[in-house]
Amino acid sequence: MYRLGIDVGGTNTDAALIDENLQVVAAVKSPTTENVEDGIVAAMNAVLEAAAIDRDQVGWAMLGTTQCTNAIVERKGLSPVAILRIGAPASVSMPPMVDWAPDIASACVADVIVGGGFEADGKRIAPFDEAAARAFFESVKGKVEAVAISCVFATVRADDELAAAVIAREVLGPEMPLSLSHEIGSMGLIERENATILNAALDRVSKRFTESFARALREAGVACAQAYLSQNDGTLMTLEYARRYPILTIACGPTNSICGASRLTQVDNAIVIDVGGTTTDLGVLQLGFPRESGVAVTIGGVRTNFRMPDVVSIGLGGGSIVRVGEDGSVTVGPDSVGFRIAQEARVFGGSTLTATDVAVRLGMAQVGDPALVADVPQELAEAAMAVIRELAEDAIDAMKTSSDPIDVILVGGGSIILPSDLAGTSTVYAPEHAGCANAVGSALAKVGGEAEILVSYDQVPRDEAIANATEAAIAAAHAAGAVPGTVTVVDAEDVPLAYMTGHTCRIKVKAAGDLQA
Amino acid sequence: MRLIGLEDVEDIALGASLLGAGGGGDPYVGKLAAMAAIRECGPVTLLDADEVPDDAFVVPSAGMGAPTVLTEKGFGSNTEIQALKDNVQRFFGREVYATLPAEAGGVNSMFPLIVAARLGIPMVDADGMGRAFPELQMVTFTIGGVRTTPMAWADEKGNFGVLDTISNKWAEDVARSVTMVCGGAVSIMLFGMDGAKLKECGVHGIVTRSQQLGRAIRQAKHLAAEEGLTPEEFFLRFTGGHKLFKGKISDVLREMRGAFNYGRVKLAGIGDYKGSAAYVDFQNENLCCVVDDRMVATTPDMICLVDAETFMPVPTDALKYGKRVMVVGLECFHLWRTPEGLELAGPRYFGLDTDYIPVEERCKMAVAEGEVA
Repeated sequence: MYRLGIDVGGTNTDAALIDENLQVVAAVKSPTTENVEDGIVAAMNAVLEAAAIDRDQVGWAMLGTTQCTNAIVERKGLSPVAILRIGAPASVSMPPMVDWAPDIASACVADVIVGGGFEADGKRIAPFDEAAARAFFESVKGKVEAVAISCVFATVRADDELAAAVIAREVLGPEMPLSLSHEIGSMGLIERENATILNAALDRVSKRFTESFARALREAGVACAQAYLSQNDGTLMTLEYARRYPILTIACGPTNSICGASRLTQVDNAIVIDVGGTTTDLGVLQLGFPRESGVAVTIGGVRTNFRMPDVVSIGLGGGSIVRVGEDGSVTVGPDSVGFRIAQEARVFGGSTLTATDVAVRLGMAQVGDPALVADVPQELAEAAMAVIRELAEDAIDAMKTSSDPIDVILVGGGSIILPSDLAGTSTVYAPEHAGCANAVGSALAKVGGEAEILVSYDQVPRDEAIANATEAAIAAAHAAGAVPGTVTVVDAEDVPLAYMTGHTCRIKVKAAGDLQA
Repeated sequence: MRLIGLEDVEDIALGASLLGAGGGGDPYVGKLAAMAAIRECGPVTLLDADEVPDDAFVVPSAGMGAPTVLTEKGFGSNTEIQALKDNVQRFFGREVYATLPAEAGGVNSMFPLIVAARLGIPMVDADGMGRAFPELQMVTFTIGGVRTTPMAWADEKGNFGVLDTISNKWAEDVARSVTMVCGGAVSIMLFGMDGAKLKECGVHGIVTRSQQLGRAIRQAKHLAAEEGLTPEEFFLRFTGGHKLFKGKISDVLREMRGAFNYGRVKLAGIGDYKGSAAYVDFQNENLCCVVDDRMVATTPDMICLVDAETFMPVPTDALKYGKRVMVVGLECFHLWRTPEGLELAGPRYFGLDTDYIPVEERCKMAVAEGEVA
C-alpha cells in the first residue's frame, strides 16, 4: 500500500507519494487554489498520474493545512463562541480577551467568570458555582456554535472544567462543540484560555476542512485511504480528532518540513533549513521531532502558549535580490523576486541578479542557463556568496543550544543557494526530493498515543509508575495504527500534586511510532 | 498632571521591563489587569511629585508573590484593593490621597495603575527604586527613614490584614509566609508617608521615563531615521544608556537559592567587540558586568541586556545560547549613590568585592586607558 502526503501552503500545494519501503515514488508542486479543495484534488491527481499506480493502492492520505492559521489571521469564517471562565474571585482583574483586537474578539458572543478554580497546590479557591454556569449557558442558547471553558490552575486540577462540560451538554445539547483549556494549553491562564477560545472559534473551519478533505479523496478516486491530518508536534491525528482540536493544526507546515527532512535523511538530530523563494525557516530536529518554542506564540495578534515548533525566519531565499552599493559592498535580500523567479532571475532570461544566479555562476547549482550568468564577475559572485554564507551561519548559530558542531539538513526549493561547508556544522545533508519535504513529512508523520495516570509514589515506586504509563502510551499508539517495535517515547513528565497525600503525581507520557505500511 | 489612558499602558510596561534590569517579572499580566481597570473605571490621573501637597498621605502599592501564580490568578481585583485601602486608612487614621509604584521596574509598575483606577485616586509619577530590586527594604524611602510597615495585605478571596513588625527584615519574612498560605500571591500597600517625604526621597518622574523608554524601544527604527541616527545611536541617546558590550550569549549558568535566581551569562563579542568576552552576574536583577576581566558596571546602576536588533529587553529567565544582545548601563537615581544607598543595594551588599564607581566614570576610565594604550 502507498501513502499520500499533501501540504497546503500559501503559494503551492505539494503532494508526495510514498511506497511501502518508505521511498518517495513521486512528488509534485501545484498552485494553491482559492477554495483549497480544488488545489488538493489537482495535486493528488498530478502525483498519482506521475506515479502511475492503481488508486485503490493508496492506503493512507495525510493532509497538512494552513487553513486554521489563515482563518485566524484573516478573521474569516470563525464560529460564534461563548466563554465560561471558572476562577472567581481569582483572575477577575484580567477578564477574557482584554488585549484582543476588536475584529477577532467579535467572534465571542458572551463571556463570564464564575466561582471556582484551584490554587497552585490544588487547594480550592472557591466552590464551583454550578448555578451560575448553568444560567450562563441558558443565556447563550441558540446564539453560539461552540463553547470555550477555562479554569484557574486547570493544569493542576481539571475537575471544574469537566463538571462545567457536563452542564454545558445538558443545557446546550450533546452535540455542542466544547473546548476545555486543560486539554489544549499549559501554564498561564490567559494564553491557555486564548488558545481554547481560538479552538472553539475554529469549529466551522474544522468542519469545512475535514469534510472537504474527505470529499477531495473521493473525487480523486482514493476511496480506500484512511485520512489523517498533521499536527504541529509532528504526529498525525484522525479527522474526528482534528474536528475537535483544529488549533493543533496551526504551524504544521514548518513541522512537516522538519519531520520530512528527518525522514528523507534518516537523521534524528539536526538543524533543518527550509529555503523558499523569499525567506528561509530554520527549525531544530530533536530525536526525530521538532523542538518546541519556549516563548509565548502570537497567532493573528492573539498570545497563546500551546505547542509550536521553534522556528526562526530570515530574509534569504532563492529569489533574494543581489545588489552592489556605491561603496562596492554587496547585499543579498531581504527583498526578493518571489514567485516571479522563473521570469526575472538571470539564469531564466530575466534581468535581476538573484541568489540563485550567484549559485549557478559559482557552479554550485544547475538550473536555467548557466551561459546567461557567465558575465557576472567572479569577485561579485563570491562576495554575494560570502553574504549568503554569513546570513545562514549566523542563523544556524542562533538556533544551537551549544557551540558543538551540529548536522544540518537543507530542504525547500531554494536550498541550492547554500554552500555545503557551513561553519559550526558537522555534516550538511541535501537530500533528494528536498523541494517537497513538507508533503513527505506529512506522509511519513508518526502516529502517537498518550497516557495520563495519577499515582502515589508511596504505593508505587516512581520508576515502576513511569514504566506503567509508558506501556499504556505505547498501547495507545498501537491502537492508533503504529507498528509495534517502532514506537518510542517522545515526551514524559511527572507533576507533583502537592494537594494530595502520599507524594501523588500526575504522569503524562506521549509515545509515537510509524504507521503500518 | 496628565491622564494615563489605555494607549499609554503598553509603552509604560515596555519601559518598565527595561528598568527591571533583567528582573522584576514580565509586566504582561499586570498590563492586562491595568488595561481592564482603565477600560472599566476610566483613565488615571498622574501627578508630578511636586503637585502632591506636603501633608497629603501617599501609599505605594505592589503585588507580592510567585510569577507563575500571577499568570494564573492575576492581581489587583476590586475586593483586594478596597480591602487594602480600608485597612491602611483604619490603621493610620488618614485618608489615602494617592498611590505610586514602590518599584517601577517589571510587573509592579502596573499595579498602582490598577489601584488608582479602581479607587479613583491619582497616581504619583515617582517610585522608590527607579528600577527593580529583589528585596522589600531596597527602596529610597528606607534612606529617607520611612518604615516598611504598617503594611496592609489582601488576597482575592477576601482575606486581609495589617503587619507591623520590628524591622524591615521581619516585614519581608512575615509577608512571605502570608503569601505562601494565601496561594502564592497577595496585594500589598506599604511605606505610607507624607507628600513632603516623597518629594525628598522618591525617584521623581519615573513613570514618564518608563513611557519614554518604551516608546524609544518600540519606535527606535522609525524615529532614528528622522533624527539621522542609526537605531542603536538613537536608542542609546534616548535612554541615556552607556554601551557596555555587544555579543552573543555563549553560556548561561543558573542556580536557585531560596527565593532568588542566581546566575551568570557569558558573552562572546560581536561587531566592534569581536575578540572580547564579557559576563553579567545576576541575582533576579543583573548585578555587574565584566568585560575582558575589567568591571564596567555594578549595582545600583542598571545593567540591561537588550536584543541587539530590536532593543527589546531580555529578562534573565529568557537568556539562551546564541541570542545576540547589547549590554547597556543606565545611571541609577542619585540617592543610591549615597553611603546609605550603597549600604542597601551597593555591590558589597550583594557580595561583590568591589567599590561602587558610577557607570559613567567607569566608561570614561576605560576610554582614557584605551587612548593611553
